[in-house]
Amino acid sequence: MAEKNNKVLKKNSNPWLEAWRRLLKSKIGVAGMAIIVLLLLVAIFAPMLAPYDPYEQNILSRYKSPSAQHILGTDEMGRDILSRIIYGSRISLQVGLFAVLMALVIGVGLGLIAGYYGGKLDMIIMRFMDIMLAFPSILLAIGIVAILGPQLKNAMLAIGIINIPRFARIIRSSIISIKESEYISAAKALGAGDARIIFKHLLPNAMAPLIVQTTLSIATAILEAAALSFLGLGAQPPSPEWGAMLSDARSSLQKAPWVATFPGLAIIFGVLGFNLLGDGLRDALDPKMKNV
Amino acid sequence: MINYIIKRLLALIPILIGVAVIVFLIVHLIPGDPAQTMLGERATDAALARLREQMGLNDPLYIQFWRYIKDLLRGDMGRSIMSNNPVITELQARFPATLELSFFAIIFAVGVGVPAGIFASINQNSWFDNLSMVIALMGVSMPIFWLGLMFIWLFAVQLGWFPPSSRLGVGIDFTPITNLYVVDSIIQLNFTALVDILHHLVLPAIALGTIPMAIIARMTRSSMLEVLRKDYIRTAFAKGLQRKVVIFKHALKNALVPIITVVGLQFGVLLGGAVMTETIFSWPGLGKYLVDAIYARDFPVVQGGILFFATVFVLVNLIVDLSYALVDPRIQYE
Repeated sequence: MAEKNNKVLKKNSNPWLEAWRRLLKSKIGVAGMAIIVLLLLVAIFAPMLAPYDPYEQNILSRYKSPSAQHILGTDEMGRDILSRIIYGSRISLQVGLFAVLMALVIGVGLGLIAGYYGGKLDMIIMRFMDIMLAFPSILLAIGIVAILGPQLKNAMLAIGIINIPRFARIIRSSIISIKESEYISAAKALGAGDARIIFKHLLPNAMAPLIVQTTLSIATAILEAAALSFLGLGAQPPSPEWGAMLSDARSSLQKAPWVATFPGLAIIFGVLGFNLLGDGLRDALDPKMKNV
Repeated sequence: MINYIIKRLLALIPILIGVAVIVFLIVHLIPGDPAQTMLGERATDAALARLREQMGLNDPLYIQFWRYIKDLLRGDMGRSIMSNNPVITELQARFPATLELSFFAIIFAVGVGVPAGIFASINQNSWFDNLSMVIALMGVSMPIFWLGLMFIWLFAVQLGWFPPSSRLGVGIDFTPITNLYVVDSIIQLNFTALVDILHHLVLPAIALGTIPMAIIARMTRSSMLEVLRKDYIRTAFAKGLQRKVVIFKHALKNALVPIITVVGLQFGVLLGGAVMTETIFSWPGLGKYLVDAIYARDFPVVQGGILFFATVFVLVNLIVDLSYALVDPRIQYE
């Protein structure tokens, strides 16, 4: 009987399951998830969904306004804007995910080392992070890409780099707050090594803020990538990257405003999805974090 | 307080040195020859040698670094490849345009965002509250350059209410002094120019200010909601004080610290946004200059521009930190 009770208790007290249930109850969280799933499906099935080849030029149908044939119209090369936006979702998602993954791995690594070992190492790492945060982030990215050369790959790298300090800070502060707890001392007394303590005890406890930050960072990474491409420092023509499409549209604002309108709406839609999910996750994972 | 300010200013020194180091390394640690990158594939050997000599690229890295720091301390950021003028002179000439634009953008953001946030908080769950939350969420998800393009299309191209670019109309008689055009035109009592200058400012300032406005409104709302729930607010109402007095004197004053924090943080967003906004509105400020320098591969300007922006950003953050004591006397600086 006691054993059974224990089991029930265990089942109900899984904090991740609890958080998941809370997330499903939050309207904004579910809306965010729906948008992201839709975006993923569009990216995966792009070849099936796109009515035209996103690169196919057709001089005879330049600047066609939205119609049954071209739902969102065509651009200066006569390319179908809807098809380009559909393919563009692949690029934006890729950039967002890879850049943030890079920042996550490096930032968490640095934050762990700084928080766990403390001392001089901590000081050096965190001062360096402070210095990086002294730059308005998009400017640092612009500087890095300006020197490395305007390519999507470099833009991704730059966005990854500028996001490192945020992750390092979050992890470090979580580690420091739990490092001195009794259960960590107990684990140490039982002979657990550094790696076991870090991965088994410290990291799982720092997970909630990390997940929220990752989601919100993907949103800003997509915006930053679009900004770099808009300036001609990211994806290069004829790539259907959303920011690059907006850059092309500048010259035709007067005669074909739809060329600028729709890629912008696509960016808002994608970024909004990750922002909503991030807000929903924050409420679900830790109601105390609401104002972080 | 004075001691604290001095302490904080001293603490800036290592940060600024670090910023200078990063800016230096960005250019010097990349694989390949900076001279070649700047002049392109087809540069002649003589041109490459001349540029290397001019930039001191032939010396070992630590000597280059030492010279770079020494020059910086004297305010020397090298010369622009495009114009051959000192970088610092070029930056100084353009900074007022960026400052003016950012100033009006933040005025707009605070002037609309704070009242909107207060109004939303005292009418929680009203249509206005819901609408402002939707706008705020859209605001944080929106690329600023897209918003700028849409503004130009609607207000300049379609409606013709505002000029789509530049700071001053053609044929207006005006001599800049400080390059802060609004100030200059007021000093000279040149009101024809002042009207034209303000007319040119409206669109880019609103475009640049809209996203911070959305964020400030959201923060004001949540900060006010928190304070409005407090006991002393209930007491204030209970003892029969006027609604206006309670909201502005009791609630707003206590809700101000997080609002100021967020306004300060928005300055960073604003500086980044200035690069995009200036590019779209052909605004002759620092941001557009930096982008032009990148296209021209004018590395001394790129270096100097980024350094300049970062310094301004760091100083603004310090001012924000110090301003807390002004609004909240409970905050004491050690």
